[in-house]
Amino acid sequence: MANKIPRVSVREQEPALRATNFEEVCYGYNEQEAQTEASRCLNCKNPRCVAACPVGIDIPAFIKKITEGDYSAASSIIAKDSSLPSICGRVCPQETQCEGSCILGIKGEPVAIGKLERFVGDWSLENESDAELTIQSNGHKVAVIGSGPAGLACASDLAKWGYEVTVFEALHKLGGVLVYGIPEFRLPKEKIVAREIDSLRRLGVKFETDVVVGRTITIDSLLDDEGFDAVFIGSGAGLPRFMGISGENLNGVVSANEFLTRANLMRAYDDEYDTPIFVGKKVVVVGGGNVAMDAVRTAKRLGADAVIVYRRSEAELPARKEEVHHAKEEGIEFKMLTNPTEVIGNDKGWVRGLRCVEMELGEPDESGRRSPIEKPNSDFEVECDVVIMALGTSPNPLLKRTTAGLETNRRGCIVTNEQGATTREGVFAGGDAVTGAATVILAMGAGRTAAKAIDEYVKNKAK
Amino acid sequence: MFKIVEKRTLADNIYLLRIEAPRVAQSALPGQFVIVRVDEQGERVPLTIADFDKEQGTVTIVIQAIGVSTRKLCTLGEGDMIADFAGPLGNPSEFVEMSADELSKRRFLFVAGGVGTAPVYPQVKWLHERGAKVDVIIGAKTASMLIYTEQMKRVCDNLYIATDDGSCGFKGMVTAKIKQLIDEEGKQYNECIAIGPMIMMKFVTLTTREYSLRTTVSLNALMVDGTGMCGACRVSVGGKTRFTCVDGPEFDGHEVDFDEAMRRQAMYRSQESNASVKHEHKCNCYGK
Ligand SMILES: Cc1cc2nc3c(=O)[nH]c(=O)nc-3n(C[C@H](O)[C@H](O)[C@H](O)COP(=O)(O)OP(=O)(O)OC[C@H]3O[C@@H](n4cnc5c(N)ncnc54)[C@H](O)[C@@H]3O)c2cc1C
Ligand code: FES
Repeated sequence: MANKIPRVSVREQEPALRATNFEEVCYGYNEQEAQTEASRCLNCKNPRCVAACPVGIDIPAFIKKITEGDYSAASSIIAKDSSLPSICGRVCPQETQCEGSCILGIKGEPVAIGKLERFVGDWSLENESDAELTIQSNGHKVAVIGSGPAGLACASDLAKWGYEVTVFEALHKLGGVLVYGIPEFRLPKEKIVAREIDSLRRLGVKFETDVVVGRTITIDSLLDDEGFDAVFIGSGAGLPRFMGISGENLNGVVSANEFLTRANLMRAYDDEYDTPIFVGKKVVVVGGGNVAMDAVRTAKRLGADAVIVYRRSEAELPARKEEVHHAKEEGIEFKMLTNPTEVIGNDKGWVRGLRCVEMELGEPDESGRRSPIEKPNSDFEVECDVVIMALGTSPNPLLKRTTAGLETNRRGCIVTNEQGATTREGVFAGGDAVTGAATVILAMGAGRTAAKAIDEYVKNKAK
Repeated sequence: MFKIVEKRTLADNIYLLRIEAPRVAQSALPGQFVIVRVDEQGERVPLTIADFDKEQGTVTIVIQAIGVSTRKLCTLGEGDMIADFAGPLGNPSEFVEMSADELSKRRFLFVAGGVGTAPVYPQVKWLHERGAKVDVIIGAKTASMLIYTEQMKRVCDNLYIATDDGSCGFKGMVTAKIKQLIDEEGKQYNECIAIGPMIMMKFVTLTTREYSLRTTVSLNALMVDGTGMCGACRVSVGGKTRFTCVDGPEFDGHEVDFDEAMRRQAMYRSQESNASVKHEHKCNCYGK
């Protein structure tokens, strides 16, 4: 019986060793492991995993192709719904999506769908990405703002359909959160992200870095002066939040975005690079999402004692399960049900500690999670010299301010219809810029949905 | 990649670079800055725009070679390439919104210190072209460190020079010169704009406060992205936390917490000196 085979565990770097380097934690499946794991899939008639996948990948079908050794066919099946399998296989929260609803998970372990997706994606990057492509231009131009997963996915589809696509990116490097946020040890930059971008270049997509739309150029100038037929906004949700507690501007308090950008984008950990980073002896990271896990594990790798402080309990941690598990293996301390009330400084204006209170869980709030309430007189101090705030992010208001007719909601997110059309004609949007901070797969899916709407819009206009 | 089309030495260790960056030049307004990254290993460094030429598509920056990155930048010459040049960033000066009619009725006092003199120039030029009355005080340690005096003379009503050692113009600090102009010469201004080292801006605001003279300062906070993404550039203005790169760089000087700003600016200082040690090993072109 296929489902008697235990889930094939994946090879990983030893925790003690990897806590000192930035190389990828997980090695992924080899061919044989992938085949064995794939053989566990029951190929359900009504696959619950497909319904739980945000972009509806035909999971049993691609897994079947793995068992047959036809990786190219597996890759084509995934490609119908996802353009970034190597990336999503590594960073999707599978436990709440596909794997979370796998029927095998009821009594035992679900099929390792994420690891299988990664296997197929990596196989394809290795074996298929050099194919020469000749695409006939359809004479229409589309501008894409931002090179995160939303922008890349949108650009990729449009280019395949013959559009001349130019991606404008504010930073000097392409990839959005994939390069400045998610660390190398989870998502290799050269091996994976850069190759995905190269494959877009082969499709004829042009990239212009160092262009901050809203400052360097505007959406109006793209549409009116530069001859673009439509614009897609995939500008993400990059603005960091702070707590608003006293002492937050002391030296040694940084946002997770700053800490991760210094480490990932600017490679501050590498002696050859000029950008400095301050790590200190003991780092406290406030928050419980993927961003918090990435920051705390980066701090650990840079030699600090690193602690997570989170105001709910472990069950509510919004981070991927695998990241929490890896963080614990690497020796990260978790202080749950703890909320900071003040950053304490020394006489030179540097952090010397964090004052916290203990919390307990009360009634569920509107998000369905039990809301934390402060325990009276439970003040205590955590000694530390760096505090990293990982409290979430919101979209940058620059594009709204500089684009007439572009509406945003109360939280600063761009308003669109289901197809991704904004309130401004010819302008479409998707990803974190529309939803607020979410996931790679949702951003990728939104980019592709908008690509279809853009295609329709441009064709109708041309009639 | 962005090409250096002109390089000049303005004073000891102070250089002017004119860079080919047509998109930036096209959109630049007085008060804005750019983020420069010299090469693949470089930091992202914010530099205030010192001039721009829309026709030629060039943007001028003026740099004092002090840190690792500014020294690296200053070793480059005409024809060399800079990896990244992103901008214009930040908000333009408030006065660019004013009509020529309004401007022609206003009197501005600019106080410029050190390399801060360079970004003062396009602002004064802009105002002068629109009929505003503009006086400028340029402060420097000593005569050999003065920059932009000739250009400035051509675009302002009165230029005053203050040097610490008296080697040129008024002997003393710019703050003493402000007092002299207002108290002894009976000058009246609607607005003061101070650009220079933090410590100078701090003392200028303390002085102008005595006269209830509205004072705008341009903060050179530490930055990484320059687009609002990291919060490295946080400053307290009127008790609220603001991001210099997107809410500034210009703020009401009487509201800025300068002591905090100076402390935050020094956050990576010890590391930077490590980096320059690290750097000196690889490169022997310093000190020339
Ligand atoms: C540290 C971290 C870890 C994460 N971990 C996970 C994870 O494990 N799994 C998961 O699914 N999701 C994760 N996420 C969330 C995920 O990365 C995002 O949801 C996703 O990247 C959003 O994609 P996007 O294309 O909408 O925007 P982004 O990836 O944010 O890309 C936006 C791009 O637009 C550029 N830009 C912004 N404004 C402008 C402008 N005006 N002009 C030009 N360019 C502009 C930005 O510089 C950026 O490059 C994580 C996020 C972070 C920060
Ligand atoms: S420099 Fe990063 S937010 Fe201002």
